Amino acid sequence: MAIDVIGLTAERAAALLRGRECTSEELAQAYLDRIAAVDGELHSYLHVDPERTLAAAREQDASGGDGLAGVPIAYKDLLSTRGVPTTAGSRILEGFVPIESADVVRWGDEAGLVSLGKTNLDEFAMGSSTEHSAYGPTRNPWDVARVPGGSSGGSAAVVASGCAPWALGTDTGGSIRQPAAFCGLVGLMPTYGSVSRFGVVAFACSLEQVGPMTLTVRDAALLQQVIARDSDRDATCTGPREPIALPEAGRLDGITFGVPRAELEAGVEEGVRARFDESLAIAESLGARLVDVELPYARHGLAAYYVIAPAEASANLSRFDGVRYGLRVDAPDVRAMYEATRDAGFGAEVKRRIMIGTYALSAGYHDAYYVQAQRVRTLIRRDFDAAFGQVDAILLPTAPTTAFPIGARLDDPLAMYANDIFTLPVNLAGIPALSVPNGLSEGLPTGLQIIGPAHSENLLLRLGAAFEAEHAFDPVPPAMRSAS
Amino acid sequence: MADVELTPDEVRHVAALARLGLADEEVERLGRELTSILGHVNTIAQLPIADVPPTKHANPHGDALRPDAARPGAPREEALANAPDPTPEGFRVPPIGA
Repeated sequence: MAIDVIGLTAERAAALLRGRECTSEELAQAYLDRIAAVDGELHSYLHVDPERTLAAAREQDASGGDGLAGVPIAYKDLLSTRGVPTTAGSRILEGFVPIESADVVRWGDEAGLVSLGKTNLDEFAMGSSTEHSAYGPTRNPWDVARVPGGSSGGSAAVVASGCAPWALGTDTGGSIRQPAAFCGLVGLMPTYGSVSRFGVVAFACSLEQVGPMTLTVRDAALLQQVIARDSDRDATCTGPREPIALPEAGRLDGITFGVPRAELEAGVEEGVRARFDESLAIAESLGARLVDVELPYARHGLAAYYVIAPAEASANLSRFDGVRYGLRVDAPDVRAMYEATRDAGFGAEVKRRIMIGTYALSAGYHDAYYVQAQRVRTLIRRDFDAAFGQVDAILLPTAPTTAFPIGARLDDPLAMYANDIFTLPVNLAGIPALSVPNGLSEGLPTGLQIIGPAHSENLLLRLGAAFEAEHAFDPVPPAMRSAS
Repeated sequence: MADVELTPDEVRHVAALARLGLADEEVERLGRELTSILGHVNTIAQLPIADVPPTKHANPHGDALRPDAARPGAPREEALANAPDPTPEGFRVPPIGA
């Protein structure tokens, strides 16, 4: 059969496979054809190996698997894949071929998922637009003159353009949720510690989690079922966690949402604000109650984040030294080799963050910057704890704007960072959040962020499914319907 | 803490700590950018929160420790396969302190 992969959910793809309406090989070929047709313009994949993908699909067809076996997937190129190049979007890892797969990739393999390839990202996941990739920017399928968000912009673009049914991303300050919002998708940032980070090229270990980027809330639940497992290779990945249930849309009687009104005054674009207010009305129409909550320290999240994340990054990225893997620039002595290698291998944003982090951790500044930021982190956590004493979940726009034009923020790092004001406090607190499509503003998607207490993924997915059903959002960008 | 303005010498000092060789124009640009970013970061420096305990990580459960048992590591040839300048037994580097 001819398979139309545009807008095809992973849940539906699995049903086609289990109903023997198509084979995994046919499905993979349909996606590879789609990639060949549209990804030249979008540049959302960094690595595609059709022969490898088709061989993996044939293996699934032969093994007669169940569940999700044979369904394709795309992986952010921050996730190590054994035998398949992994660049983290950086020149310093050009040509690097991992000898082990990330735990989440291994679990995808165990579930029978078939990798279509590795997706573009801001270098080492440092960015909010995918423009900081050393391999060039990815374009937004809703408007190719605009960014897809970031850092998981490639993963967002492949799903929105029908080049994969779903993808994994990582989120350190909003890197799953913001690109999901910019591309009209569902993105889940799980509770810190619920998904293994083993094999994720490390940026900021105390903040980042792997999570699903999907067309529907149910697909997010299905993929979270695959990846939320204990691992003995990540000391922070530990239970207890609830098994993830498949959510059904329904009424929200008895649910109380907190709305941080003061935070909303901080420069939310008019159309984003209007769509957000409509979702508040939807919540009430479904029987939920809205109350104001205060998160007085959340506004300091940006400052705290831009100490803590670069500090951790400066330590993590010290491993790129031209000795064991990646680029080496030759020099007469080892120190000159380190400096030349790192100068040539890292891009401008990565250097900025290494410099901020090294400065903040250096003698005389450690307490004033790093420890102070960690104190703010405590206060942000306490804000959320206090709010969750009153409410079941908190609603905010995922990002204060829609997707911005390529190049618009590249010369102003602080403006780029400010796009994450509503997402990064959540990483500092280590709690989960779900971004669901929230309608269009001037033809571009907006996102509704639902934030919950630790290990509330099932609640978030159920709430997300309720909003999803009310919005009845079509996740296929108009330009993508006729593109193939 | 008063507003910081990073001088070129300070930028070079931090770059040396980070083992980043920087061209002169990068030193100038990073000085400007870091001054601006640290200016924003300084908004938290004044908060009177010295008695608040710092949060180092957000995991409420503590570390998960596995049994301290030996298990095989990567085979040598695999571990060396990505090295820019491997020998049959290890990683070759330029002279130290030449």
